[in-house]
Amino acid sequence: MDSLLNQVPIGLSIGAVLLLVALGLTFTFGQMGVVNMAHGEFIMAGGYTAYMLQDWAGSQAVLAALPVAFAVAGALGWVLERLAIRHFYGRPLDTLLLTWGVSLVLQQAARDLFGAPNVQVVAPGWLTGRIEVLGGALPYARLFIMALAVACVAGIWLYLSRSRPGRRMRAVMQNRQLAEVSGVATARVDQLTFFIGSGLAGVAGVALTLIGPVGPSIGTYYIVDAFLVVVAGGLGQLRGAVIAAVALGMLNSYAEFWTDASLAKVIVFAVVIGFLQVRPQGMFVLRSRALT
Amino acid sequence: MSGPESTPEAGEPPLLEVTGLEAAYGRARVLFGVDVTVGAGSLTCVMGRNGVGKTTLLNAVMGVLAPTAGRVVFDGEDVTRLPAHERVRRGMGYVPQGHETFPQLTVAENLQVTLEASRHRDRGAIDEALEVFPRLKDLLGRRAGFLSGGQQQQLAIARALVTRPRMLLLDEPTEGVQPSIVAEIEAAIVRLHRERGLAVLLVEQYLELALRLADGFVIIEGGVVRRAGTAGDLRDEEVRRLLAV
Repeated sequence: MDSLLNQVPIGLSIGAVLLLVALGLTFTFGQMGVVNMAHGEFIMAGGYTAYMLQDWAGSQAVLAALPVAFAVAGALGWVLERLAIRHFYGRPLDTLLLTWGVSLVLQQAARDLFGAPNVQVVAPGWLTGRIEVLGGALPYARLFIMALAVACVAGIWLYLSRSRPGRRMRAVMQNRQLAEVSGVATARVDQLTFFIGSGLAGVAGVALTLIGPVGPSIGTYYIVDAFLVVVAGGLGQLRGAVIAAVALGMLNSYAEFWTDASLAKVIVFAVVIGFLQVRPQGMFVLRSRALT
Repeated sequence: MSGPESTPEAGEPPLLEVTGLEAAYGRARVLFGVDVTVGAGSLTCVMGRNGVGKTTLLNAVMGVLAPTAGRVVFDGEDVTRLPAHERVRRGMGYVPQGHETFPQLTVAENLQVTLEASRHRDRGAIDEALEVFPRLKDLLGRRAGFLSGGQQQQLAIARALVTRPRMLLLDEPTEGVQPSIVAEIEAAIVRLHRERGLAVLLVEQYLELALRLADGFVIIEGGVVRRAGTAGDLRDEEVRRLLAV
């Protein structure tokens, strides 16, 4: 029984990682409908930002990197949206191919800049160590990731529900054409949305350096999971993404406990596919009388 | 090419002057050179059967759909190439078909987000809009998507009013609205037009309503203007034939 309970903190921490990598996608994919295959490379950019900052910030690089990675990945996303993606709105297949190509280019760029082998980011001293939770040991780094995920969700929620640009963003996502004829410069809102969504991928990338090395292909490991969480949660639904991430994290941890790592992946996939057969819109849907 | 005479005050330059407007959805052409004028403070009614291009006309005038040819001049300025939100800032207010709202935002947020995007940013504009539809005052905290169709339409018009337009483009404002509210909406349009001097370009299927409201009219068929004139002309036989289903 003890070992069953042990899996809870592990599941939560996997869920927190899933949530972090998926949060940005709830903006760009969930709200704008852009299938951005290069989202994973924005995660990678965040990781390498932390790596670069080590020269300057030493072992505190992870903390310093959080805002910097947000800006770096956000800027990459903004440039991508301006230069390419905006010309392909409403053409998901073309967008998919385009961003997949960008993803390959960015991976190769990382190889040229930082070399093909993975690099390590040293965690700050105060993040090494572990505490006992429910009879299992939970590394501080994992706790930090959970706290970061909670902080990001809270920040996004406040931004969307309380701030003027957040309100404008919700208006555009709910009824783009009406927003435009209400005087909202929707193209500018799109730019900001893409900046924030991509920036959050950068933050996730920094967090990932706490649980493993950074390499040119780190993005490809997480991109599928991220899309899985957003689709299972319901497009553009923050609440859905949170619940889906935690649920998939838990499922993953228990499946891994009873079987093994690769079979666990298969099980998670199968469950999500089964779930989407029953509820193709995901857990939460925008619902109103206007849409029925 | 001069627009048809639909302004009662001849001589004064019209507020909106649309000439030779053509528009298409992909390869399907819908408008083949439409002329419409709306004088300052006058109400022009766009009529015609289903599928003749009335909504397309409003979308093209508003800039939601880019016209393939023709000109849209508003208050002496050529706005043909401006994005829709810039036209809103210049005084064009649009209420699209089908009582559109931001469904997940509250009634108050619907108005607020519009105010924040407006040029004047004067909070008084929200109060003014609510004066026109006092029922909305009791619904401010409700999500727009959960209002009835009629309430949503009132919100849709109020939202357009928050931008303090000089001209309103209304696309079938009473369609799909419960009868008890139809009268209220009609009364509101009359008030806005006659008391506040708002120019209106109204798409309306029902001849009776148009007869009550319009100063001038155009009848569209097959993407071109078949007839245009003043309200008095609406009574003749040919007009009725063009509108008969």
